[in-house]
Amino acid sequence: MSTYDAKKPSRRAFLSGAAAVGAGVVTSSAAHAQTADPLIVEPQDWAQSFGDGVDATPYGLPIEHEGDVIRRNVEWLTADTVSSINFTPIHALDGTITPQGCAFERHHSGAIDLKKSDYRLMINGLVDTPLVFTYEDLERFPRENHVYFCECAANTGMEWAGAQLNGAQFTHGMIHNMEYTGVPLRLLLQEAGYDTAGKWVFVEGADASSNGRSIPMEKALDDVLVAFKANGEALRKEHGYPVRLVVPGWEGNMWVKWIRRIEVTNEPVESREETSKYTDTLADGISRKWTWAMDAKSVVTSPSPQAPITHGKGPLVITGLAWSGNGAITRVDVSKDGGKTWETARLAKPGEKMALTRFYLDMDWDGSEMLLQSRAMDETGYVQPTKAQLREVRGLNSIYHNNCIQTWWVRENGETENVEVS
Amino acid sequence: MSKYLKSLTIALTASCLAAPVMAEKLGLGRAALPAEIAAWDWDINVKGDGLPEGSGDALVGEEIFAEKCAACHGDFAEGIDNWPKLAGGADTLDHEDPLKTVGSYWPHLTTAYDYIKRSMPYGSAGTLSDDEVYAIVAYILYSNDLIEDDFVLSHENFMDFEMPNAQGFIVDDRPQAEYAIWSGEPCMTNCKDSVEITMRALVLDVTPELEANSGATEVSAAAAPEPAPAPEVPAIDMELAAAGEKVFKKCKACHQVGGKAKNRSGPILNGVVGAAAGSVEGFKYSKALRGAAQDGLIWSEAELAAFLAKPKAYLKGTKMSFAGLRKEADQAAVIEYLKTFE
Repeated sequence: MSTYDAKKPSRRAFLSGAAAVGAGVVTSSAAHAQTADPLIVEPQDWAQSFGDGVDATPYGLPIEHEGDVIRRNVEWLTADTVSSINFTPIHALDGTITPQGCAFERHHSGAIDLKKSDYRLMINGLVDTPLVFTYEDLERFPRENHVYFCECAANTGMEWAGAQLNGAQFTHGMIHNMEYTGVPLRLLLQEAGYDTAGKWVFVEGADASSNGRSIPMEKALDDVLVAFKANGEALRKEHGYPVRLVVPGWEGNMWVKWIRRIEVTNEPVESREETSKYTDTLADGISRKWTWAMDAKSVVTSPSPQAPITHGKGPLVITGLAWSGNGAITRVDVSKDGGKTWETARLAKPGEKMALTRFYLDMDWDGSEMLLQSRAMDETGYVQPTKAQLREVRGLNSIYHNNCIQTWWVRENGETENVEVS
Repeated sequence: MSKYLKSLTIALTASCLAAPVMAEKLGLGRAALPAEIAAWDWDINVKGDGLPEGSGDALVGEEIFAEKCAACHGDFAEGIDNWPKLAGGADTLDHEDPLKTVGSYWPHLTTAYDYIKRSMPYGSAGTLSDDEVYAIVAYILYSNDLIEDDFVLSHENFMDFEMPNAQGFIVDDRPQAEYAIWSGEPCMTNCKDSVEITMRALVLDVTPELEANSGATEVSAAAAPEPAPAPEVPAIDMELAAAGEKVFKKCKACHQVGGKAKNRSGPILNGVVGAAAGSVEGFKYSKALRGAAQDGLIWSEAELAAFLAKPKAYLKGTKMSFAGLRKEADQAAVIEYLKTFE
């Protein structure tokens, strides 16, 4: 990453983008005029000589021109990068699968270097035989493939009190969506002979924080995966190499990385991560605990503050992402006027359970201001709420599980800003 | 599609996508040995299962806390900068910006023991003895005015202690409180009379400068600081430096040295001995240290020793909340150790 000549997005990108609008005007009129495009009429170096041979990069990185499509950190959020979070550049991606290299990271004591040969997974507690598995053992269990989103419960949390961060990457980038290969946790529990009366499993990682969490047995037996591949290749170090837990639809903190131990218990541990953090304080000071599912949510990823409109009037593709931890996305509506009127967007594919869904709204932009919003619905009939609706129920002191409708203010010149509307 | 056809399709799809069925055990893995389970199974649940025998009070806890915790959490558990505040905030949970600490928010004391024992101190997780953990938990309770300083916390009385916010939690009630309201066919036209912009992110201006992307940050953090022209340094006493490496464990939570060193809550210390103060690139020094640097402070061995002895007395307003190295031998050793990093 450090070799990239990182471009400067956002306002600077906008300014250079605005210059491109001017250039575009020239070019399009030039299409009807006499000036020939030098990129076409003049011989270009790349069309005459050679490019790189095979093996120039045995494992390929994105081309340098995409050097601004990177994870970014908000420094003032945390005291130290070792216990911190960064954000997926969702404003610059399309489709639904997040490349591992730019998928957000969240560590509590840094991304550790753990070799497959040093990896051990213990299952203990209320089981017939406490067991230890090696990485190779895990590869011998029947395995499954599933695409799931992983969203930090704090995604959009900085926006509770009002519009703060100017970019979809920062407001909604604590999310990624990958195709996982792994063993159902159910099979490992069966192998150890779990006590069917056990109500919880406690899961912890091999890193210094261990990030222990209690998961109800019902979920553990349902769809939790012990995963070792993502998007077809090994997990990245920062996502828990060699093995992580995948807890579909539930908050990212439960997706324990470098998972080393699973204990069947009768009681929840009520660890730090499930009491002092990842609980939701309501206006009266009472806090909700065990708020595991991530409710339906969506955001327009382009245009957005880091992805302004640079081409002027005419055909415009509005696009974004929608997801729900309670099932499949069935519909996404888009408003261009801050929520007065809505039209239903086109889903790129039918929604899949607990996975990102891409939506598009193709329009002819007349160059006037827009207040862009998107509103997701899932198969349970749930409709993504406004920020006002959320605040009415939860007050202003909540942090996690902010799934409000987001508003982008698109100006006549294409510049776009994160705003809150009445 | 009729309901019948739909369900038929689902049934057909399901049979093609059948999940692996494993009727019998595969005989994979091996039995975990009792010693292995004991080495990893430290968690303490909400009923107190797993609490080890032991005890400690706040007086002892204060000393351990000053040495091992205060660099981040503050001498009085009040929290430095963005590090967690562990004390204060009583009765603020229903106010604007509640202060959530162990005292004001945490529902169970078992959580504090479990977390400190397994995950703290930051950078040296799992190194505290059982008695030390009892003493630190006692000190945190004392800092929250919840016990007297001579109260001895132990495995015998631990579960008697009820936290102030023990009754402050309810199980997720979103299905009743929210899902029922936010469902059904949503409004499509004339949903509001008017729309006004009520807040703008650009006005607040807290979005990071995007040219400072993570890649660039790593480059600047990894770049070794320019050492100031140092006076002739005598040869390094390697035995003393080895002793200093042990002392440096106290510094490691905040300071890094060596080739891969990065700024943490404290700056990189490569080449610090003999260097101009405040010269590590990319580190945000306190106002006090920036002032001293402007006045030309050079980190000579004598100045470093004086700083390390009593940081806050030496430089009022320093961000370094370390209590200090009382022993002169420790100061000399750690300085010798730092000399080995250029």
